[in-house]
Amino acid sequence: MLSKTAGGLFWMFRYLERSENTSRLLEAGFHISLTRANSAEDEWVSIITTAGAKYAYEAKYKTYDAASVIDFLLRDKSNPSSVLSVFEGARNNARMVRTALTREVWEAINESWLAMKVLLVNPVHERELPDVLNFIKKQSAIVRGALHGTMLRNEIYDFAMLGTFLERADNTARILDVKYYVLLPSFSFVGSALDNIQWETVLRSVSAQRCYRWLNQGEMKPMGIADFLILDRRLPRSLAFSYANIVQHLNFLAEEYNIKHTCHEQAKTIHTRLKTKTIETIFEEGLHEFITEFIENNIELGNQIEADYNFNG
Amino acid sequence: MFDEMSGSNETVRSPYKEYKNWVDSEDPAWLRKKSDQAEEFFRRTGITFNVYGSKEDAERLIPFDIIPRIISAREWNKLTKGIRQRVHAINAFLYDIYHRQEILKAGRIPIDLIANNEAFLPQMMGVSPPGNVYTHIVGTDIVRTGEDDFFVLEDNARTPSGVSYMLENRETMLHMFPEIFSKIRVQSVSDYPKNLLRSLAASAPECATDKPVIAILTPGIHNSAYFEHAFLADQMGAELVEGHDLRVVDGRIAMRTTQGYTPIDVIYRRVDDDFLDPINFNPISQLGVPGIFDVYRSGGITIANAPGTGIADDKAIYSYMPEIVEFYTGEKAILQNVPTWRCSDKQALSYVLEHLSELVVKEVHGSGGYGMLVGPASSKKELALFRDKLLARPDNYIAQPTLSLSTVPILTRKGLAPRHVDLRPFVLVSPDGIEITPGGLTRVALKKDSLVVNSSQGGGTKDTWVLRE
Repeated sequence: MLSKTAGGLFWMFRYLERSENTSRLLEAGFHISLTRANSAEDEWVSIITTAGAKYAYEAKYKTYDAASVIDFLLRDKSNPSSVLSVFEGARNNARMVRTALTREVWEAINESWLAMKVLLVNPVHERELPDVLNFIKKQSAIVRGALHGTMLRNEIYDFAMLGTFLERADNTARILDVKYYVLLPSFSFVGSALDNIQWETVLRSVSAQRCYRWLNQGEMKPMGIADFLILDRRLPRSLAFSYANIVQHLNFLAEEYNIKHTCHEQAKTIHTRLKTKTIETIFEEGLHEFITEFIENNIELGNQIEADYNFNG
Repeated sequence: MFDEMSGSNETVRSPYKEYKNWVDSEDPAWLRKKSDQAEEFFRRTGITFNVYGSKEDAERLIPFDIIPRIISAREWNKLTKGIRQRVHAINAFLYDIYHRQEILKAGRIPIDLIANNEAFLPQMMGVSPPGNVYTHIVGTDIVRTGEDDFFVLEDNARTPSGVSYMLENRETMLHMFPEIFSKIRVQSVSDYPKNLLRSLAASAPECATDKPVIAILTPGIHNSAYFEHAFLADQMGAELVEGHDLRVVDGRIAMRTTQGYTPIDVIYRRVDDDFLDPINFNPISQLGVPGIFDVYRSGGITIANAPGTGIADDKAIYSYMPEIVEFYTGEKAILQNVPTWRCSDKQALSYVLEHLSELVVKEVHGSGGYGMLVGPASSKKELALFRDKLLARPDNYIAQPTLSLSTVPILTRKGLAPRHVDLRPFVLVSPDGIEITPGGLTRVALKKDSLVVNSSQGGGTKDTWVLRE
C-alpha cells in the first residue's frame, strides 16, 4: 500500500476520533457549568487545557466563559483542533485515500462533513449545544459503523484502527493529566460534594459514567475511577484497551508484511506496563508521573509508526 | 437551428421516438422530483469539481440534466469511423514530428508552426514509446449542426477529462429510471475502466512483468478534476499517486509504500508536461517527479499520454488536420474541421478583426473556455478589449465562425426546452488498437441560446445514449 494512503487513513481516523473526544469534553464541561455555576470557569480552563489549546485560546480571548470556549472548540477555523477543523481534516484525508475506502465509508464521512458545515455555520447557542454535540458524536459513530460493517480486515483497516486508538489513548491520558489531582487521596480528604461532581465529570468526558456505575454499584472512589480509565481492559476508552488494540493491529501488520519494526517493541513495552502494574503501584510511584510518561511514550509511538511505515518519505 | 429530438421541423427524429413517448406520458412534477434527487445523489457521492479562483464553495457540482442525448447506431458508426481515422493520423503525426519530420520536408505544414511552438518538446526527438502510441487517451470534441453535419472542434490529446461524468451520469440514470432501459436498448459504457486498464497494461515498457503496475498521477485533492482521478484509480484498481510519492530508484520510477519503494510500469498522468519533471522541464514544479523524463527516455516507464502530445492538439495545428489526416492515411478526412483563421496570417487577421462580432476567438493553447471570446455574445467594450489583445499577440489566437450547435431538450420548470450541446467521446489507444466507448460526455449550455458549454462557465452535462443496432 502507498505510504501516503496509510498516512491518510491513520490521520483520517485520528481526526475523527478527536472530533468526537472534543465534543465529549465540551459535554462534560457544559454539564458541570450547569450544575456548579461558581466553579464553571475553572472547568472551562481545564477543558481548554485538555484539548491542548490553552496557548491559542489565550491569544484570542481574555476570559474563560461558556460562549467563547464553545465557539473556539466547536467552530473556530483558526483553532486547528476545533471540531470543524479536525472534521475537515478527516474529510480531506478521506478524499485523499478515497480509493482505499468503501463507498459506504466515503459517503458517511462526506455526508457528515456536508451536514456539519451547515450545522456550524453560525455560533452555537448554549441551548442548542446538547443537540449539536450529540449530532457530532453520532456522525463519528456512523463513519465508524460503516468502517466496521463494510471494510476488509486488511492493512487499510489496521492503519485506521491504529490512528483511532493512538488518538483515543492520548485523549484519555490528557483528561487524566489535567484532572489527576481530583483523583489523589489528598484531594478527596476535602470530602466536599464537589468531589463527586469532579469524579463524575472525568467519567462523563470518556462516556464511562454508566459503565462505571454498572461495575461499582454507583460507589465513586477516586482510585477506582483511575483504575477503570487506565487499566480496565473492558472499557473501550481506557489506556489498556487502547493499547491491546494498538498491539493487535501492529501485529497484524507484522504478519501481513512479514517484518517487525521498532514501533512493535515500543508498543509492546507500553502495553506490558499497563498489563502488569496495579493501580496501587501507580499511585505509590506517582499518578502524575505515570500519566506524563505515558503521554510522551504515546506520542513517540505515533512518530515511530509514521517513520517505520514511511508516511513522510 | 437543428434540434436532435425534433429535427428542423416539429416531427420527432427516430432515435428519440420511444423516449419521447415515454417522457410525454410521465408526470412533469415527478420528473422534476427525480431531477432534484439526482442532484442530491451527486452531492452525497462527492462528484464535484473545483473552480479555480473561487474562494467560497470551491467544490461545485456540475448540473446534471436528466433528459438523455440519444445517438442512433448508424450515426455512431459514422462518427467512430471518423474519430478512429483522426486519432490514427494524430499518432502517426506525433511519431513523424519527433523522428524524421517527413511532413515538414514535404512542405505540407510550415516548419515555423512546429519550431516556434511551445507545445513542441525537443526532448522527445528520437524517443519511441511502446507501440509508437503517444495518445493513449483522447477526448475528441464534436459538434453537430445538421442531420449529417458533424465537426471536430478540438482533439484534446493531452489529458482530457470528463470520463467520470460519462460513467456516473449513466449510473445515475440507471438508478433513477431502470424501467426505461428495458424499453430502449442502450449500449453500455461501463467497461471503460476495464478497457482503460487493459489498454494501459498493453502499453507497458519491456521491463514490466506480466502484470504491470499502473498508477494515476494526480496533482492532488485541490485539482479541478481530482474526483475523476480518484474515481478512475478506484474503478481500475490502480494506485493514485502524487509526485512526492514517487522517486527514481535503480533506473525505474518507484512509489513509496508501507514496505519501501516499489517500481511502477505505467503512469497515467493527469499533470501537464511542463510540471512532469522539475529537472527536465519547469524547475519550480512541485507536482512532478525529478528525473522521470530520463527514466522515460531509457524505457523504464510508460507515460500516458506521452510528453509532447500537445503539438498535435494545439489550435494552430488543428487547422492543418485535414492535411495531416490525408498525409498519413492517404484518405480524405471523414470528419470535417471547423473553418479556422490563423491570426498569425496577416490576411486572416484583418478578416478576423473586421468580423470580430461574428466569430469565436480562442487562445492557441487555451482550454476550459478560459480566455476565449464569443463575438455575438460580447459587448462593444469586450470586443474592443479583445481587438487590442489580438493586435498585441496575433500568433496566440485562432478564430472560427460561430457554429449553430445542435440542441437537445433539457428539463426546465416549464417543461422541455432546447439547449445547445457538444459531445466528447473517449478514445483509448494501445499497441493493440483503437477503442471508442459507445457514449461520451454531452455538455449542455443551460442558459437559453448560450453556446458556451464548459462546466467552468456554467454548463451542465447529460447522459449520452448510443442505441444498439
